[in-house]
Amino acid sequence: MPAFELPTVDFSKPLPSRDGTRLIQFREALREAMSEEMRRDPRVFLMGEEVAEYHGAYKVSQGMLEEFGPKRIIDSPISENGFAGMAVGAAMYGLRPIIEFMSWSFSLVAADPILNNVPKMLYMSGGQWGCPVVFRGNDGAGGQLGSTHSWCVEGLYANVPGVKIVIPSNPYDAKGLLKTAIRDDDPVFFLESERMLGDKAHVPEEEYYIPFGQARVAREGDDCTLVSFGRPVNFCLEAAAELENDRISVDVLDMRTIRPLDIDSILTSLRKTNRLVVVDQCWPFASIASEVVTQVCERGFDWLDTPPVRVNTEDVPTPYAKGLEYAYLPNKDKIAAAVRKTLG
Amino acid sequence: MTQAHAPTPAPSPAKPDSPRAASRRRMAEQLPDATLIKWLRDMFLIREFENRTAQAYQQARIGGFCHLYTGQEAVAVGTINALQPDDPIVHAYRDHGHALARGMDPRACMAEMFGRASGCAKGKGGSMHMFDKPHWFFGGHGIVGAQTPLGTGLAFAAKYECEVLGKSLPNPGVLDGQPPKKKVALAFLGDGALNQGALHEAMNLAGLYSIPVIYIVENNGYSMGTAIHRGTTMAHDLMAKARAYGIEGRVIDGFDVMELYDHFKPLVDACREEQRPAFVDLKTYRYLGHSMSDPQKYRTKDEVDQFKAKDSIDCMAAYLMGERVDAAGKPSLSQDQFQEMQEEVRALVRDSVEFAENSPVPDPAELYSDVFVNPQPNLSPTAEYVKGARNPLL
Ligand SMILES: Cc1ncc(C[n+]2csc(CCOP(=O)(O)OP(=O)(O)O)c2C)c(N)n1
Ligand SMILES: [Mg+2]
Repeated sequence: MPAFELPTVDFSKPLPSRDGTRLIQFREALREAMSEEMRRDPRVFLMGEEVAEYHGAYKVSQGMLEEFGPKRIIDSPISENGFAGMAVGAAMYGLRPIIEFMSWSFSLVAADPILNNVPKMLYMSGGQWGCPVVFRGNDGAGGQLGSTHSWCVEGLYANVPGVKIVIPSNPYDAKGLLKTAIRDDDPVFFLESERMLGDKAHVPEEEYYIPFGQARVAREGDDCTLVSFGRPVNFCLEAAAELENDRISVDVLDMRTIRPLDIDSILTSLRKTNRLVVVDQCWPFASIASEVVTQVCERGFDWLDTPPVRVNTEDVPTPYAKGLEYAYLPNKDKIAAAVRKTLG
Repeated sequence: MTQAHAPTPAPSPAKPDSPRAASRRRMAEQLPDATLIKWLRDMFLIREFENRTAQAYQQARIGGFCHLYTGQEAVAVGTINALQPDDPIVHAYRDHGHALARGMDPRACMAEMFGRASGCAKGKGGSMHMFDKPHWFFGGHGIVGAQTPLGTGLAFAAKYECEVLGKSLPNPGVLDGQPPKKKVALAFLGDGALNQGALHEAMNLAGLYSIPVIYIVENNGYSMGTAIHRGTTMAHDLMAKARAYGIEGRVIDGFDVMELYDHFKPLVDACREEQRPAFVDLKTYRYLGHSMSDPQKYRTKDEVDQFKAKDSIDCMAAYLMGERVDAAGKPSLSQDQFQEMQEEVRALVRDSVEFAENSPVPDPAELYSDVFVNPQPNLSPTAEYVKGARNPLL
């Protein structure tokens, strides 16, 4: 096999069980994914603020400097525009950069490289150069961080064709999806949440890759379809448990990736439930939730018995005060109320 | 009305890198005739190419924004010829000259502007976005300053090849498993890009990590209608910017291609050897407007004429046909040979226009190709992405 070529990932292999006792944190799952891929492929390197000597601002990369050394685990200065742009050049040359944004909120100062270069390079060059970079970091409200630090970028960035967008809700998926992201030849925006990095779940020892564009049925029910992605999936599961007490059962779909968006699984569920609630931690206007509802109306209108409902963050800047922030975000109560609304 | 910079910069004794006239071209003079004649030809090719581009633009056969390189030819030719063919280059949007100096087929360049499938980017890039992978030409970038971090990343990758991988990545001309080479990347920018944050982040990163990239400011004195000192602090001493990042800086006169080469080649060699960055204030001048729609109210015709008086093509032709003689007193280039060269180039450029004109427009299906390397279902609600036709350059 030519130098640096890797065997293609076999996505037809069934995924290992999610049940087991190897409980690790979300951040450890991310670290395992990066480390496994870095062991396999010397072209992969990790760059970002505090990723090396500080062990990661959120300890995601703890221990990686010791294993891979400073030439592959690279502390960058606070220059998102600069190092995101460097990643573009490095990827065009043939490397496979992983760029950690301490928070996706800070990716806004790198808007030009990540929105103007990354998704368009292949097209603009007439297919000569792709841009296989994984950009990853915390997305969404981290807990009383106020307006500047609580960005959910998926609504904004999903508007741009040319990137794949991944947003896991649990450690098992985080690992399998990040490994797929690193192996993918296209640029990937990988959105984590500071609020989930300590969450623990079983992550199997054996290696696995989760394909993009396949939603997971996180819970099964008949009365309503709950569609979500990222952290709010967990709120949906809480709401579903509560609704069960009132004999309301719901399908909870964890989309896992936004681009591609597994609309087929949504329509399949809708044919059973005929009701739809979409939960999205972006602002409502032109959001992912809006997109899901639009696609459902275009392709499954006849299956809807009642108007679909969106649960987004409130349409205001993110507040600081604890109570206000809670009121601003999607939560179990808002979701349960939305489901009841669809049931009339 | 403010003048960009003095037509003949007064030699300053404070600058150790300004050698005296006698030794100015020593290195370039020792190059074979054929090499120097090729440089003249390449400069002339760029000039002719841009003349035809302007014509085609005026006839509405080329659309969009179009920025001509006329007057600055010596910069692309003098710097790029100091490189190895597999050193990466990245540039802004005034990019036809660099693409041609690097070896891009003029047909592919012209066809790109005509928006044809045979263009270097299959008609998806346009004048500002020329790409040529086989020639290690990484674009043509339309956003002022954006290409400077990219150039830094290209050089970073080349250094990573040496320090981490120990063998070359699969790029054009590379044999499988070939040992890596020490490289230098060139990141060209206009003087207007001096005022973009991207450049300053890039220079700080390059200084910090000692990355072998050379930032070449093509200082033509203006960004659109803004004379450099109206937009840039320390415009009289841009070396201050380099010093701030611990990067070696040089001021180089960009009108005489041989003199330029004499100053630039040692810098390239040093950056390659020592694997570190540099910054060059390359004094040049554009004869025409900023783009095809520029009434040029910000400068006088007199100023333009002063620069035209030291035209790099005239200067080089005069040298090869007069000053440079062999032992028998015969000049390196005869009048006839120069005539012939001009005819050859004119025919080549005419051919590129004809080629562009006769090339098919892109197939409508190409709209949906080259969006993803690995297209999958459901990436878009409305588009079905496909693998497109192979790029004509690959
Ligand atoms: C970020 C950004 N702002 C504005 C523009 C519009 N613009 C295109 S070229 C240009 C002037 C740049 O001048 P300079 O960098 O000196 O390059 P030159 O045109 O002289 O080659 C401007 C303002 C742009 N392309 N990108
Ligand atoms: Mg300029």
